[in-house]
Amino acid sequence: MTARRPLASVAVGDVLPGVSFAIDRAGLVAYTAASRDFNAIHYSDRVAALVGLPGVIAHGMLTMGAASRLVTDWVGDPTAVVAYSTRFTRPVLVPEVGEVVLEVTGSVRSVGPGTGHVVVDLVVTCDGATVLTKTRATVALT
Amino acid sequence: MTVDPTLAGRSYSAAGTYVVGREAVRHFADAVGADHPLHHDVDAARAAGFSDVVAPPTFAVVVAQPATDAMMADPEVGLEYSRIVHGEQTFAHHEPIVAGDELEARMTVASVRAAAGAAMLTLVTQVTTVSGEPRSTVTALLVHR
Repeated sequence: MTARRPLASVAVGDVLPGVSFAIDRAGLVAYTAASRDFNAIHYSDRVAALVGLPGVIAHGMLTMGAASRLVTDWVGDPTAVVAYSTRFTRPVLVPEVGEVVLEVTGSVRSVGPGTGHVVVDLVVTCDGATVLTKTRATVALT
Repeated sequence: MTVDPTLAGRSYSAAGTYVVGREAVRHFADAVGADHPLHHDVDAARAAGFSDVVAPPTFAVVVAQPATDAMMADPEVGLEYSRIVHGEQTFAHHEPIVAGDELEARMTVASVRAAAGAAMLTLVTQVTTVSGEPRSTVTALLVHR
């Protein structure tokens, strides 16, 4: 069940099956509770407006966390992830009614045969706009 | 806003330890859409060699955050959450975090630099077990305007 994708099956340029993740206000409240990040810009339109935002935004760490599933689904074992990094470039606005959808794609950037470390570049968009940049995960394969 | 450059090199620790709860792992996994059995099913986790369910890759930030909160609460530092934007985030995982782990978080301000009227702070938090085994290194770049 937790078998990792074998290193020998991976090549630079391989494209990972894309994943999507819907975020609504209930999802923001769930992440707020689970992460204990109670910043009100993630659930109050009025507080978001006070700091100059056009509306409630998703936690950057929620977007980053949801995007990692692209890699963990592909590898088959979430404990294979040894490094993961991103830059938060554009806030994800979440409407009070309805939802937004993150689209995550990616490809293999490098394969380190000496270390078994495979680096994946992720592309994370919402409504066609890139929301995370320089998103990269390293997985340990054998 | 000017941030005291002597902040660089200072360290802050979370008060007390963080005991990883099974339901905390499950709720976090649900919130980020991580449906792998290792996060939810104790039997599956034990079959894979873990003592309990395993936290998703970004859970370490939950354990690390109280150390940053300790810096924010330091009146000598004078930073305000309302002026902070999260710029970048990096995780280096040494061993998976598993329910039942009792963890400590110690954050060091790796650098403070001024850029375009803002201060850029790089915070590096080591998450370890209480017996000193490394779990994750959590690095955040915060922009304080």
